[in-house]
Amino acid sequence: MHERVVGDAWVAFPPAAGSLGTFGPTRSQRAALGVGLSYQRQKGIAMTTVEEAPVARGLPRLGEPAPDFEAVTTQGTVRLSDFRGSWLVLFSHPADFTPVCTTEFIGFAGIYQKLQERHTELLGLSVDSVYSHIAWVRNIEEKTGTHIPFPVIADLDKKVATAYGMLMPGESKTEASRCVFVIDPEGVLRAMIYYPLTTGRNMDEIVRLVDALQVADKNNVATPANWRPGDKVIVPAPNTVELAAERSSQDFIKKTPGYESIDWYLTKKSLEL
Amino acid sequence: MACISADGTLSASGQAMLAALEHPAKEEEVASKTGLPLFRVRSGLRELVAAGLVSKQGERFVATVAQSL
Repeated sequence: MHERVVGDAWVAFPPAAGSLGTFGPTRSQRAALGVGLSYQRQKGIAMTTVEEAPVARGLPRLGEPAPDFEAVTTQGTVRLSDFRGSWLVLFSHPADFTPVCTTEFIGFAGIYQKLQERHTELLGLSVDSVYSHIAWVRNIEEKTGTHIPFPVIADLDKKVATAYGMLMPGESKTEASRCVFVIDPEGVLRAMIYYPLTTGRNMDEIVRLVDALQVADKNNVATPANWRPGDKVIVPAPNTVELAAERSSQDFIKKTPGYESIDWYLTKKSLEL
Repeated sequence: MACISADGTLSASGQAMLAALEHPAKEEEVASKTGLPLFRVRSGLRELVAAGLVSKQGERFVATVAQSL
């Protein structure tokens, strides 16, 4: 039996007759399997020839509670709820002892203090054992002098990776992609970033994202493209014709020094005022 | 196990948490006394409670045995 992606689920199926069995199902096989899955789901019929394995599901959604978990890490068994009251950056990497991931871990260690200053914890994850994680973080420290201060989930059963949609079978069946999830102190998923296996992440952007989310929450504003702390922020746009007229009037400009009104729907202000 | 090793001995963080629980204390107070991140305190307290070394009284935790492990 082989595992292949059909829709949003992994399925096991026998090799096609006459094939070497090393490629995926044909278009007609996929269609047939898709119809079969849908029919059996609707009817609640147990599947005997098509088995779903808990490998690839949908992505989590922004603005909803982040999927709960309990997981073994390099700093003990932790639950998502252990981080309540703090912001959390949960990130995955493809594998221990690999080059891009090693540069990223050094990068994450580099922003650890900045995140701490923002009441934000870091939590890594890959589909490796805790012993592999321990050996790798010790090796990083030995070879580069960089201490890895944050815990790393050993997600051998892929439960957390599956719950967070970290597995991208088109890229790899066994490794998590480079994902970042920002979770707020109430446990709500607030931002997601997905990078491919080939491309290391930008640590400054992760810090900037946390800053932007915290500023938006604290001040009921939004942040424009390429915003940096200290830059002007965007004031919520008026949601009635009356308020739009007020926002675009000369009176509004006079009464609200520090505001930069480009038009009624795009107004910026400085937070220092 | 972060606080208790396979042979039953307490790790340094486990000992620190137990020492901080001579008198009943909240999670945040244990974090403040030990310097450990709050998530590690919560995780560690679960271990210590499961091992019978700490008991929970409402929102507070207290050591149930002298720190002898």
